[in-house]
Amino acid sequence: MNETSYWTWHIITGLLVLILLGMHMLIMHLDGILGWFSPAEGEAVSWDNVFSRSKHVGFTLTYVLLLGAALYHGLYGLRTILFELSPPVRLQKFINVTFWVGGVFLFIVGTYGSLAIFKQ
Amino acid sequence: MNKENERTYNITYHIRRYNPEKDSAPYWSQFTVKVKPGMTVLEGLHQIKETQDNSLSWRFSCRMGVCGSCGMMINGKLALACNTQILDISSTALTIGPIPNFDIIKDLVPDLTPLFNKHCAVQPYIKRDDLKDMDVPSGELYQTPEELDRYLQFTYCIKCGLCMGACPTMATDKDFLGPMPITQAYRYCTDTRDGGFHERKEVVGTSHGAFRCHYAAECSNVCPKGVDPARAIQFMKRDLVLDYLKLKKRKAPCKEIGSYSGKPVDGIPDPPPFTVDQG
Amino acid sequence: MANQKKHSNHLGILGWIGGGSWGHERLLYFIHRITGIGILFYFILHIFVTTFGRFSKGDWELIMGGFESPIFKIGEFLVFAAFAFHAFNGIRLVLIELGFAVGKAEDPVYPYRTSINKQKPLMLLMMILAMVLILAGSYDFIRLAH
Repeated sequence: MNETSYWTWHIITGLLVLILLGMHMLIMHLDGILGWFSPAEGEAVSWDNVFSRSKHVGFTLTYVLLLGAALYHGLYGLRTILFELSPPVRLQKFINVTFWVGGVFLFIVGTYGSLAIFKQ
Repeated sequence: MNKENERTYNITYHIRRYNPEKDSAPYWSQFTVKVKPGMTVLEGLHQIKETQDNSLSWRFSCRMGVCGSCGMMINGKLALACNTQILDISSTALTIGPIPNFDIIKDLVPDLTPLFNKHCAVQPYIKRDDLKDMDVPSGELYQTPEELDRYLQFTYCIKCGLCMGACPTMATDKDFLGPMPITQAYRYCTDTRDGGFHERKEVVGTSHGAFRCHYAAECSNVCPKGVDPARAIQFMKRDLVLDYLKLKKRKAPCKEIGSYSGKPVDGIPDPPPFTVDQG
Repeated sequence: MANQKKHSNHLGILGWIGGGSWGHERLLYFIHRITGIGILFYFILHIFVTTFGRFSKGDWELIMGGFESPIFKIGEFLVFAAFAFHAFNGIRLVLIELGFAVGKAEDPVYPYRTSINKQKPLMLLMMILAMVLILAGSYDFIRLAH
């Protein structure tokens, strides 16, 4: 039963990441063709553009959502690959705990980073 | 007479050998087989055993593709030896090994015990909601052709084990159920006579169950009977997810007809048309 | 039978790439895994890099300045290409694994037309879309390389 719930969320986060990371890629790497959300001169990844995007609360929220969804999706995928290599049960439990703890830690780091912009 | 049909080819068989009483590891043996057009790989093996090396061991039975005994790896592809014409594969050399992902007992004989154990684990039989019905059947169960079509394709499985050999997950994960057991689990879960989905999902919805399939679809590629296990596994995943999200439609149970009296029942439709020419 | 000496014959990780059959779908499954691991690895580093640069313009330009070398630019393009493949193959996998693109159960008549045949058009479409996205993305990479 547990595995069904993990996998269902893997699919849901996959679709979320598709949309949100897709947007991120279009803003960052299709700038010459589309020019979305990069009003300042220079590259999409220059400080001026990053700063102007980050001032919008909407952007910050989508980045935090993308962070959470991508972390879940990626770590579950890596867990699947590792589990298919037939680790002993003790190692399986260790992987589960490490990935949950590591995932939450990375989420906190990333959220802190995206909120830092508002201190200025 | 057609000259082409009389031509004899000399084909080299490279066979993976292993005798547990003498060898520490498998090795390759070479034999030359005289092949006429129309000969199957299985017939070549018989020729070797009868004329060259009588210790060569493999499984076979029906020699016509319905028992599932003679599955082996032939020139890198999994197939039934009785179903495979030598000259369709090569006119110079054949490399034959046992089905991978199973331990080797001897030569080309794999240990299929895990296959049967996993099959048992998914409870491959009709489980009626009314338990008394299973011990003392109360009447006939009537299925429409549409209800039959939901699972008929998956009943053609001959348990040959080729799908288990081709599956990439089976290559590394010893606990993975495998394409055949999951297909059989779905075959029973979707049968309208069956009420055992909730017990089977405890076996199939685990971390080494249906979700370790990633649609590499090699099982359907090698299946000699067209069972399409990949399709059944995806349907099983869909049912597990819908059940988790509480969106699963309750399947209508099949109709029961009166108490069994031994007399024919009215209103049963004609059988479907033949798919093979009868003339 | 229980005491019989047997020899192990599992294919191991090589079985992920091929073994027993050689279809397109197995190749796509293998590339999906490789791109997934690659993107995850890049992503974890990306979280740290962008967080440490967020506090001021000076921090940002210091960190970004460390990635000027062409090796990093090529690496970034590879991550973008990996995303394009993983995303479109992922869409195909969601449709297949929820039972939409595999067709209905049907009586097998030789030569067998299985779910593999049913999902081939979808596979082709997704690969073409992935190529288009990669090409579109390469425009920016080439433009900014000058």
